Amino acid sequence: MSEPTKPAAAAGRAATKKELPDHFKGYRHVWVFVEQERGQVHPVSWELLGAGRQLADKLKVDLAAVVIGPDGEATRQAAAEAFCYGADLAYVVGDDLLADYRNESYTKALTDVVNTYKPEILLLGATTLGRDLAGSVATTLLTGLTADCTALDVDADGSLAATRPTFGGSLMCTIYTLNYRPQMATVRPRVMQMPERVQRDIGRIVTHPLGLVEDDIVTKVMSFLPDRESSKSNLAFADVVVAGGMGLGSPENFQLVRQLATVLGAEYGCSRPLVQKGWVTSDRQIGQTGKTIRPKLYIAAGISGAIQHRVGVEGADLIVAINTDRNAPIFDFAHVGIITDAIRLLPALTEAFRARLSPHSRDRIAS
Amino acid sequence: MHIVVCIKQVPDSAQIRVHPVTNTIMRQGVPTIINPYDLFALEAALELRDKFGGEITVLTMGPPSAEDSLRKALTFGADRAVLLTDRFFAGADTLATSYALATAIRKIGETWGAPDIILTGKQTIDGDTAQVGPGIAKRLGLLQLTYVAKISTLDLAGRTIEAERRSEGGVQLLRTRLPCLISMLEATNEIRRGAMVDALRAARAAIVKWSAQDAGVEDISKCGLRGSPTIVKRVFAPAPRAEKAALVDFGSRPPADALIEDIFKRQPKLEAELAALARGF
Repeated sequence: MSEPTKPAAAAGRAATKKELPDHFKGYRHVWVFVEQERGQVHPVSWELLGAGRQLADKLKVDLAAVVIGPDGEATRQAAAEAFCYGADLAYVVGDDLLADYRNESYTKALTDVVNTYKPEILLLGATTLGRDLAGSVATTLLTGLTADCTALDVDADGSLAATRPTFGGSLMCTIYTLNYRPQMATVRPRVMQMPERVQRDIGRIVTHPLGLVEDDIVTKVMSFLPDRESSKSNLAFADVVVAGGMGLGSPENFQLVRQLATVLGAEYGCSRPLVQKGWVTSDRQIGQTGKTIRPKLYIAAGISGAIQHRVGVEGADLIVAINTDRNAPIFDFAHVGIITDAIRLLPALTEAFRARLSPHSRDRIAS
Repeated sequence: MHIVVCIKQVPDSAQIRVHPVTNTIMRQGVPTIINPYDLFALEAALELRDKFGGEITVLTMGPPSAEDSLRKALTFGADRAVLLTDRFFAGADTLATSYALATAIRKIGETWGAPDIILTGKQTIDGDTAQVGPGIAKRLGLLQLTYVAKISTLDLAGRTIEAERRSEGGVQLLRTRLPCLISMLEATNEIRRGAMVDALRAARAAIVKWSAQDAGVEDISKCGLRGSPTIVKRVFAPAPRAEKAALVDFGSRPPADALIEDIFKRQPKLEAELAALARGF
């Protein structure tokens, strides 16, 4: 292996230079990318406007929404909503070529708006769309990007302090982009609090052209299959998930998990050993080498809760563990635990939920 | 056909501990593994080679010990392994990492033929960023398909590829041009057991080791710490959850009823949402 030539000067770590380069000094204001897919705005965008509002107030700058989408009512409506969630102004790139998310066209749209209007902070949701887009935009702009943040703040000197977990959550890091602009960060859904929606008039809207024709975009969308029309597992995006582990004892007992999931309108999953034993297909595996889930309710039946499982479910709002072993590691991170045999509890739980959630029991619940 | 698969050697997260005083990761004695997400990329590459023939080059950047992971990849059936290792690469963030890897991929192309597809995992289990794939694509001027669940069709003569890409609310079927970069979604395949012949070959195989200069890095200031616009200022252990799970005391009530009461007490909004969900099915 030959020794590379040494660098000319001790340039030091680029990120520790004290003074922001002059060409970045004009970068101001906090921006939030408003993500929409087929007319639906992802709720993480409103959560980010809530977080962005606090940053903008601290910095005494404006909060802007960036809305990219097809030319028409959906995009106009998304921009109008942004004002109700706290935006001071909105940048809009509306073009029918942007009807579907494609990396090429969205990267160009967002990069152009950034280069033209120069924000100091740019926030995106850490969704499949946001992470795809943010990585491309940051590389194009050659600026720093901190992924999957769980906390955002600004220091006294105005720099963005972005805190994120690494090593599957065993370590937290606070990361800065000191000498480049914009300072970019993505934030996972349901991490920031959803701000209250306040009815407001549409404020200032700045439109920006896309500047592409269809022939410029190589990638074509052949079709789109919405999840609600698909029978495939949609664990990663489910609001409620029920999963089973080795505590179920036999492959036949896994149907108890599926039955509870059906009553709850939930997705079902399993821990890794069940896939290895061939009881359940691998697309249902939850955990480090399977799916990462962040439902509102997660019920783990007969799952011991090894670290590989833990990192896949920790984002759940409420984790309910059913296990006979009171020393099982799952009770260290579940919110609610019940020490009993899942095989006996699951059918009872299914019946109890069915009775409670059926339309005929609505009056009883309300009273 | 030539496929480059980017992998990373990572500490087995099951064993990761954070030093309670210094807040640094205690790596001593922690076993390392191939980033589990990368195995889905490697298997996807092997399946394509089964069908279309060609060669698979695995590439990693890391310390000299990362050779272990490359050798492991060879036992699964990869044809060749390249280790990008140099102290100039140390401390790289995602932007600097994508620069180094993109440079190496260019060199791989010059040496063994231009790759048709670059495959990566969705993300790593240590950094968790999912940014290096898109970074490599942008630096090489390649089209990118991320979160791919399935490569549906590959037309090498026509230079097109179709793949199912997971989006938030559904699955996009995308068609794009080769060469391109694909990041594979997890749990989309299962890595094969390597053949005995591959294990024997892997044990003897020479791993290609490149320094920054060997790989053709022209601007060393774009590598490692110096090429990284982000800086980690503070590292700390997350506040441990003080309380363990609250155990449901069901007394004389049926356990199922007691548990449901407890769930709805903690998440009052959940009941209405569940009722709505249940009605939808």
